[in-house]
Amino acid sequence: MVEIFGVEVSLEPIWLTLEVAAWTTTILLVIGTPLAWWMARMQSSSKIVLEALVALPLVLPPTVLGFYLLIILNPNGYVTEFLRFFGYEGQLTFTKQGLIVGSVFYSLPFAVQPLMHAFEAVPQKLLDAAATLRAGILDRFFSIVLPLSQRGFLVAATLTFAHTVGEFGVVLMLGGNVPGETRMVSIDIFDHVESLEYDQAHILSAMMLIFSLLVLMLVYGINRRFGVKVG
Amino acid sequence: MRKTFLAAVLAGTLGIFYSALVMAETATIAVAANFTKTIEKVGEQFSKETGHSVKFSFGPTGKLYAQIKNGAPFDAFFGADERRPLKTVEDGLGIKQSYFVYAQGQIALYSAQYPVKEQPLEVLKQAKFNHLAIANPRTAPYGERAQAFLKSKGLYDGVKKKLVNGESIAHAFQYVATGNAPIGFVALSQLVDPQSPVYQKGQYWIVPQQEYAPIKQGALILKRGENNAAVKAFMAFIKTPRALEIIHSYGYSTP
Repeated sequence: MVEIFGVEVSLEPIWLTLEVAAWTTTILLVIGTPLAWWMARMQSSSKIVLEALVALPLVLPPTVLGFYLLIILNPNGYVTEFLRFFGYEGQLTFTKQGLIVGSVFYSLPFAVQPLMHAFEAVPQKLLDAAATLRAGILDRFFSIVLPLSQRGFLVAATLTFAHTVGEFGVVLMLGGNVPGETRMVSIDIFDHVESLEYDQAHILSAMMLIFSLLVLMLVYGINRRFGVKVG
Repeated sequence: MRKTFLAAVLAGTLGIFYSALVMAETATIAVAANFTKTIEKVGEQFSKETGHSVKFSFGPTGKLYAQIKNGAPFDAFFGADERRPLKTVEDGLGIKQSYFVYAQGQIALYSAQYPVKEQPLEVLKQAKFNHLAIANPRTAPYGERAQAFLKSKGLYDGVKKKLVNGESIAHAFQYVATGNAPIGFVALSQLVDPQSPVYQKGQYWIVPQQEYAPIKQGALILKRGENNAAVKAFMAFIKTPRALEIIHSYGYSTP
């Protein structure tokens, strides 16, 4: 509990939100990079299906995603059964891990799309040239693709992080509002509004507003700075 | 010739619409989510009998209150408690004289797995489950009463770490109905409804009414609906034996 403008506000949901967002961003960059690379180099028409699948969370109401996840991740569901096989004993719904899994789905397009576009802009000629110089796959990736796709990575990371921070529907459906475990900022604001604690709601909402604005300015700043180099 | 014909048809149609408008009005009513099914049934019957139509807007009581405070076009407000409907009176938006308690909610402990019907307190005491779903005590009266009940029985500390909070009683129910929480405090109305996904599945224990303060759900007419005939008619209709019968059939009691 801290006091801001004379109003007691709990910071726990803020730390939790940042933690979930940080994990989600890390995981999505790790999974998203090969996925985006694969999609960027794909020639067949099945790319359309993959692109549509990745973009789904953009158009699906988060409640739909949350509802499906709630059913799929339930303790007697296939996913949990599958994890049990590897000795997993916990439960995904109502836990931080579950929220991170949900957020990975929810923020997937925000990581994959900027990365894919950045990768698409990497000239094949450069890669071919490097290959003739006997640069291995990893070498080509780290010395050509990565430097040329800096902007894509920065945009992907910032957008994924910010989008996860702003998550509501999925967290609401999946989380169970457990303090310190799944009560993220958006849920906390919702509760404050519900229980007519408008002062607290105002402070947290203002913080979210300022944070989101800063993040978006950062993204546009990155776009501008690197704009000439790639794409 | 054709023009006069058209004009006559137009005038006739408008005339019919106009007379319909005069006689039957439409009321827009904000209703607490837990009462959704019940009031829809009541509304159907009401429209059949009076010709008026009612539109319902469902949501968590606090959200509805915030909307009303910010100018939402509702003619009446059916809350999940007494506090928030009465707060609209303080704000100069609700009409105090029209206030009444339209239903009293009943809490049930439901589980598909544990013998809650025979030994509810024993099950809660042993607390072998991972999660116990309740409505958020901070925002939902059902949750608040369930929490108070647990505290009064000295069971709260034992299950505290296992509580998962639904934003409303509907949400808490969803956690149980989807099997994510093996046990939970829900509203009786959610279990006795034949359309309920857990209807006649699992078992439940109705928490005796004397164990918790009654969950009085209050309703009133808002300033905007002051002169709306449909609202007045609806508020009268919901107190008739036919409406009360529907309300009781959904597991609510009335004062």
